[in-house]
Amino acid sequence: MRGLKFTNLMLVMGLLFIYLPMVILVIYSFNASRLVTVWGGWSVHWYAGLLNNSQLMGAVGRSLEIAFYTAISSVILGTLAAFVMTRIPRFRGRTVFGGLVTAPLVMPEVITGLSLLLLFVSMAQLIGWPQDRGVVTIWIAHTSFCASYVAVVVSARLRELDLSIEEAAMDLGARPWKVFMLITIPMIAPSLAAGGMMSFALSLDDLVLASFVSGPGSTTLPMEVFSAVRLGVKPEINAIASLILLAVSLFTFLAWYFTRRAEKKRLEGLKEAMESTVTESANERDVERFTAPPTNS
Amino acid sequence: MSLNTSSKPLIPRRWLHRPSAAQVAAVIGVVILAVLIMWVRNLISFSSSADDVTLTFHDVVWSLGTAIWQVTEGLAYLFAGLIIYMLLSVLIARLTGLRLGRGFVLAGPFSWLILFFLLPFAIVLKISFSIADVAIPPYTELLTYADQQLDIALNFGNYLMFTEDPLYLQAYLGSLKIAGISTLICLFMGYPMAYAIARARKDVQTVLLLLIMMPTWTAILIRVYAWMGLLSTNGLINEFLMFIGVIHEPLRLLNTNFAVYLGIVYSYLPFMILPLFANLVKHDLTLLEAASDLGASRFTSFWRITVPLSKNGIIAGCMLVFIPAVGEFVIPELLGGPETLMIGRVLWQEFFNNRDWPVASALAVVMLIILIVPIILFNRNQAKELEGKL
Repeated sequence: MRGLKFTNLMLVMGLLFIYLPMVILVIYSFNASRLVTVWGGWSVHWYAGLLNNSQLMGAVGRSLEIAFYTAISSVILGTLAAFVMTRIPRFRGRTVFGGLVTAPLVMPEVITGLSLLLLFVSMAQLIGWPQDRGVVTIWIAHTSFCASYVAVVVSARLRELDLSIEEAAMDLGARPWKVFMLITIPMIAPSLAAGGMMSFALSLDDLVLASFVSGPGSTTLPMEVFSAVRLGVKPEINAIASLILLAVSLFTFLAWYFTRRAEKKRLEGLKEAMESTVTESANERDVERFTAPPTNS
Repeated sequence: MSLNTSSKPLIPRRWLHRPSAAQVAAVIGVVILAVLIMWVRNLISFSSSADDVTLTFHDVVWSLGTAIWQVTEGLAYLFAGLIIYMLLSVLIARLTGLRLGRGFVLAGPFSWLILFFLLPFAIVLKISFSIADVAIPPYTELLTYADQQLDIALNFGNYLMFTEDPLYLQAYLGSLKIAGISTLICLFMGYPMAYAIARARKDVQTVLLLLIMMPTWTAILIRVYAWMGLLSTNGLINEFLMFIGVIHEPLRLLNTNFAVYLGIVYSYLPFMILPLFANLVKHDLTLLEAASDLGASRFTSFWRITVPLSKNGIIAGCMLVFIPAVGEFVIPELLGGPETLMIGRVLWQEFFNNRDWPVASALAVVMLIILIVPIILFNRNQAKELEGKL
């Protein structure tokens, strides 16, 4: 048991290491003193001040808008990509496609950001679009890397699915598209929701990509925070950072809750179905016994 | 799937079946709704732009006409988009040797990734060979067509700068060293944590996983910022150390390489734990029992069975930490000092402060060349994972 104790100790220490700084940050956001390191009593002064900062509020609105679009588009793209990776075993260019799906997960953001910006600049020269960079270009940049996360989450679910249900529907004459919409999508719905929320959070957090591909006048929330943070620790930033932490933890919790509830429902449904089949077959056996008594007894 | 594969029409006949009455009604309903919405929007903008707020009959008719025109235009764009998508699917289906239905599924993600992920790298490569210029955009064209002849001006100067200026080489080496050491620290911290989670009770496990997962969704910026407050000269850590009497003067913790290591380990630890856990949880525990029955010590069975079995998890975790850490910008910028040379930071400065796009592109190309082996390793690992072969 000694080894187990060691790993548990490491786990507790690791979790403390991860969470203590964030907890301290949240506590200090309620500090009344303007000097961030001196404790001057509890206050929500800095939160109230945020509402009056119209520039910051504008950035929040823009970030939420981009995150919303990103969540929708990356769920669609990511699901299609996951479907291809799990259901189409071989085609020409599959290795390239697999590489393109997983590479954005690890590609350093400065490279992706720079390359996308240069693409947009070249496109503007060649075909005149996009004339000015802003919400649309940031949305494209975010979708490109969020779709990869969705693909990983959804493909894990697609792999667990019982293929025989889809096959049964197709045997009964349903077309592939109908099977996908009526059977596959409902079964992977929890992971779609999780992927969507993940994309929303990732898009809301991104600084580097947005800095590269945004134009003048379209700063997002992380860009605002970064330009303030560069100058040092400030109580207003403590407040906004705590709010972001709160929003993200709420999102994580919701994603986890929905996945768990769907999983529970699925298991209960499975159990019920099994029980009803058992009782049905038992009834049938009873009926048989009563209607057709054994001939030789 | 369908059995009639004898002849391959361009568009399968069953796709062209007659729509049902409900489908037609739905489409017409959506169009009418769109017209109504645009009408109201136009009316509002008319009344707010005019000096007097009263709406004339002319305004109402004019806004309705505009709304119909806008919706027609939108539908035209939609149709054009659909036709382009169909053509793209046909092309991709032909190129990959798939049936059209599957080409239709593949076309979306494939063309998106080629256009917005692969093609940009080609452009970066192109611009790395051009010369910085005071213009918009700030570089010279490679291909110029003048006097009926095509001029190609390839400039290797951006790459030669690496040999002349030791700053760049130091930045690359610094990045590799910091990322490598941080990855090892993450591995040694993350492995026991992942192991403990994998062996925990099922209900505890979900909560622990959630606790590990949550920080990966939180902005690196925020988590790095949390450390800025703690590490500063009059921050909590220094206060605490002085309070218990270990030191008498505040240490300089912020803006040092130590802070950068701490920041990277802190930010990327969850990315190490998650793939390790996904691997460790699948292990067959009877193997360990068998080993201990045969007299292996706990350490031997761990070293000879668990570690080799978790090889793929270790690779995935290390790559997920190492590759992004090499190009990290936020952490060295906020926690590092002037002596912290990392390539992501240098690239950012070349691009945003010096506005030297060609040099920034050359830096990105070299970084990509350095990272290509780890990225391919990661991709092969992930491709197997996506297909469920691990």
